[in-house]
Amino acid sequence: MPSLSDMNTDEVTKLADIAAAEQTHDAHVTNVETRPAFFEWLCRMGDTTLILGQRLSEWCGHGPALEEDIALTNTALDLIGHTQLWLGLAGEVENEGRSADQLAFLRDAFKFRNVLLVEVPNGDMGVTTMRQFLFDAFHYELLQRLTESSSPRVAEIAAKALKEVSYHVERSTDLVVRLGDGTPESHDRMQQALDILWSYTGDMFVSDGVDATMADAGIAPSPDTLREAWLARVEDVLDEATLKVPDNAFVHTGGKTGKHTEHLGYILSDMQFLQRAYPGASW
Amino acid sequence: MYAQNVDTGSKGVRGADELSPEEAAFQARIDDNIKIEPKDWMPAAYRKTLIRQIGQHAHSEIVGQLPEGNWVTRAPTLERKAILLAKVQDEAGHGLYLYCAAETLGISRDELMNKLHSGEMKYSSIFNYPTLTWADMGAVGWLVDGAAIMNQVPLQRTSFGPYARAMVRICKEESFHQRQGYSIMMSMVSGTPAQKEMAQDALNRFWYPALMMFGPSDKDSVHSDQSMAWKIKMNTNDELRQRFVNETVPQAHYLGLTIPDDDLVWNEETGNYDFSQPDWDEFKAVLKGNGPCNRERLGARIKAWEGGEWFRDGLAAYAEKAAKRRAAA
Repeated sequence: MPSLSDMNTDEVTKLADIAAAEQTHDAHVTNVETRPAFFEWLCRMGDTTLILGQRLSEWCGHGPALEEDIALTNTALDLIGHTQLWLGLAGEVENEGRSADQLAFLRDAFKFRNVLLVEVPNGDMGVTTMRQFLFDAFHYELLQRLTESSSPRVAEIAAKALKEVSYHVERSTDLVVRLGDGTPESHDRMQQALDILWSYTGDMFVSDGVDATMADAGIAPSPDTLREAWLARVEDVLDEATLKVPDNAFVHTGGKTGKHTEHLGYILSDMQFLQRAYPGASW
Repeated sequence: MYAQNVDTGSKGVRGADELSPEEAAFQARIDDNIKIEPKDWMPAAYRKTLIRQIGQHAHSEIVGQLPEGNWVTRAPTLERKAILLAKVQDEAGHGLYLYCAAETLGISRDELMNKLHSGEMKYSSIFNYPTLTWADMGAVGWLVDGAAIMNQVPLQRTSFGPYARAMVRICKEESFHQRQGYSIMMSMVSGTPAQKEMAQDALNRFWYPALMMFGPSDKDSVHSDQSMAWKIKMNTNDELRQRFVNETVPQAHYLGLTIPDDDLVWNEETGNYDFSQPDWDEFKAVLKGNGPCNRERLGARIKAWEGGEWFRDGLAAYAEKAAKRRAAA
């Protein structure tokens, strides 16, 4: 063909087959007993990174400075990459032939398992930055523990993601401190963001039967065991940022069992538009 | 081309006998293909023209994020989403290199931003067209990045060092961008009838705006001669447009799509395609601010800038406090 070479070569498919054949053997992936819980847990992981990636990508082209625009899309890209891995593995574990894309684009809101925090609208950069920090601090603790998972596949994904998330948390920590201790306006905006978001953080640590099965199998830690380390880090950073942890101890929960805020439906109607409007098309 | 109608402040190229000794020495360096660097002497008009051109190019990169950013949240697969995000992120990076290149000429990024927001500086007309369907992501990558490459590849040899070096890196990324656009088109035309129809519609809408990217016809392009003498423009508008048509038509044929031009025909004698000119009245209207999306594009940039002011101020205030604390310690 003229001057532009075709990228959709057979090579790509071949390479994917080779990669699949070289996949580490993992008995958990085919264990029928833990299958429903493992699938559910993988959807919690993949849906959470997907929805946060989707939220961050809304900033693309609209950031407050070019460097921020680039950093926000970079973080979104990392999270979309994690989603491909988590939901890809979820499809394998489920063993019903669903791909990561089918899980992402063809499930309705009540089937989504993301934590509530990530679906809260972007608001201003204060809300976006604070949401990122509160999540990154959790994500970092979780991934660190997952690198010791009894499932080699989970441990591999976690090790890869941890490299990126170590940087996410470093960056969001830095921004929270700078903006909290910046101008009176940036301080107020960050405090306001914290007040809005705080009641959504508890959802990340809710632990149920799925988590108990994962913990018993040594695949993943029970989320409630991550809270102490998370809180210690968050309190330290907020203190340095001259921000105050809200008194309100109320906790919104339900994301991990499919009880979401109204926002999720709109995120999905936007994200899933093409797959819904043109069923079965390949892109 | 991301810089259109760049004013050189001159009405024509002066002869060697009309140049001062400094100007003659400067022109001799350019003629010998020796790069001009920021600390070298340069005529005020050269500096001013380059600021206009690089600034317009930089603005085009960041305004150019918007039509494609429009589809990031709606990309049809996780892979397409990641590729599009990376692509639009590259455009922001190009903006960054170019603003830095302009800074070496003595103008800050903030000053350039203000000129964009006030309407004093322009960006490429192409970004004032809407992206209506997913196929537009294909058409924009294939045609718009394709047209940009036509102009930017020769600019790697432009006379101003920082600009030429920025272009080397930008060109590498742009050719990936064009490939990702073409890859989207390939998927669309080998897909369902509805997808193929979408692809043809995107080509219909973007063909003439893409041809406009090269700027007005040579006979109406008053500033070209001086810019070419300075080697900040390497080819005429019509040369580049012809080259683009010659390369793109076979690519469209390969896709099985029809170029929306009944008069398009291969001319054995000239070795070129004969083609219809775009509607230049429409081009002028878009440059004047009356394109389909001018208001939205500039509005989005201004909103991002003004909405981000507290954020930038907060970071600057912290940096100042931290510096004082360090000094006191």
